[in-house]
Amino acid sequence: MSGAKDMDRNETGRREFFSRLARGAAAAVAGGVVWGGLVREGQNAPLALRPPGALSESEFLAKCIRCGLCVEACPYDTLQLAGPGSGEPTGTPSLKPREVPCYLCTDIPCTVACPTGALDLALVSTDNGRTLDVNQTRIGLAVMDYHNCIAAWGLRCDACYRACPLIDKAITLEHTRNERTGRHAMLLPKVQTDVCTGCGLCERACIVEEAAIFVLPHEVALGKVGDNYVRGWDEVDQQRVNPDGGAADQVDQSGAGALDYLNDGVLGGEVDDD
Amino acid sequence: MTESAAGPRSRHLRFLVARRLLQLGVAVLFVGANAWGWKILQGNLSSSVLLGTIPFADPFATLQLLAAGGMLATNALLGAGITAVVYAVFGGRMFCSWICPMNPVTDLANYLGRRFPWFRAGSRQDPRKPLARSVRTWFMALALVLSAVLGTAAFEAVSPVGMLQRGLVFGMGLGWWAIAGVFLFDLFIQRNGFCGHLCPLGAFYEVIGRFSLLRVIHDHKKCTSCWDCLRVCPESQVLNLVSKGSGSVLSGACTNCGRCVEVCHDDALALTFRQQGIAQSSGG
Repeated sequence: MSGAKDMDRNETGRREFFSRLARGAAAAVAGGVVWGGLVREGQNAPLALRPPGALSESEFLAKCIRCGLCVEACPYDTLQLAGPGSGEPTGTPSLKPREVPCYLCTDIPCTVACPTGALDLALVSTDNGRTLDVNQTRIGLAVMDYHNCIAAWGLRCDACYRACPLIDKAITLEHTRNERTGRHAMLLPKVQTDVCTGCGLCERACIVEEAAIFVLPHEVALGKVGDNYVRGWDEVDQQRVNPDGGAADQVDQSGAGALDYLNDGVLGGEVDDD
Repeated sequence: MTESAAGPRSRHLRFLVARRLLQLGVAVLFVGANAWGWKILQGNLSSSVLLGTIPFADPFATLQLLAAGGMLATNALLGAGITAVVYAVFGGRMFCSWICPMNPVTDLANYLGRRFPWFRAGSRQDPRKPLARSVRTWFMALALVLSAVLGTAAFEAVSPVGMLQRGLVFGMGLGWWAIAGVFLFDLFIQRNGFCGHLCPLGAFYEVIGRFSLLRVIHDHKKCTSCWDCLRVCPESQVLNLVSKGSGSVLSGACTNCGRCVEVCHDDALALTFRQQGIAQSSGG
């Protein structure tokens, strides 16, 4: 057994080791890319409407174990578990209000049934889960397409307004003049963004062929102002500018009154009338 | 068929029938809970509630969600803990052969391949150059890494097991294609391909079931080396002690399906709790 031969075997062993390492790494990367791509593709469902109490979409997907207990708890068959190929992450719950809206059960059985906290009771209750308040539900936001709303044509329809469980709060009627006829009123349904639960009863009730009022996820339906505009007339909002209530901006004023130099002649001469 | 043996037919299939009944029973209870509101076993295999009180959860799915950064509620963690303890202490990798609805699918492919060998004419047979069994363990690790990167349970998003067990209760969608793909892969490309080589869930139960009490035990003195057990075993590498020495099958890869016990006509195998006595007798 020569030393050279031992070295040779070591060399082969080392090469074999690095070769295996490289192959393993290549397989892991290739597999990870394909697998990750499949998962990403399935995750790309920005229009999915989640059940009451759902966390934001990214937090929701990190917690939902896809067990369907919320779907089973729903007494109206509103919630459906996405099947493979549905375009939504497979096994996650969502609702299609035009088919079956959320009837806002006061005991919120879907949220209560969730074992993982992907549906969070704290988001649909006061005092952190102790008193349920289904009106805090924010499934999404009802959005109006006035172009296809017959009430906005001047016809008489208030189906969505009447269907809304928070009538006169989440949907209000705006009385305006019908400029086309010049002698009639128009009663325009208007969604109040901060009250709407996104239950979709309005979308279900809308009488036109494809609903002119429909629920979209907040991420899709809402814009964002940013930090640079402040409602100066809103004391709470104004706090963002002056957290100390504006005390720091107060400038010491001199005790002297305002000058009335035109009449008092403080400029040091008499007023010349010429 | 080499499987046919002495003894009454019922004894010959007792574990197989029990497994199919359990798999069917679990599925029926889940379907009943969704369709007719039964309160016996609600949810699905990812997470469920027994009799409205005892929570269960898939511990591997839970682990993926934790990797994804989801701080889960105690109910899911408790359910995952209960399930993990049941398998780790008692059943080992029993989930795979007694509960998982994919098992009848891959078993059927395996049975057809054995019964009609021409299905396997061009496939990669086990002894020659099989896909490594360890691939599933790497997939398990990859599933956790991808979950952390993508922020969701990466295996649950693509799992044929999940698609089938969920689909049976809530609707299959295009899931049948995935199941058909697994079936054809097992039949034509790699024997026991999915469960035996790819499934990260099986790899997970292999890891946590390593020290479970329920084991296949072998009495080498009764063995006549007919190899019927190895022929039916979906993880035939775990039976390496057969005809060599007595003792327990200690590999976590064994699914405790009991097929080897059923087909043995020498009464040399049994499915029971770990026995130290037999292991010692082999040493003498």
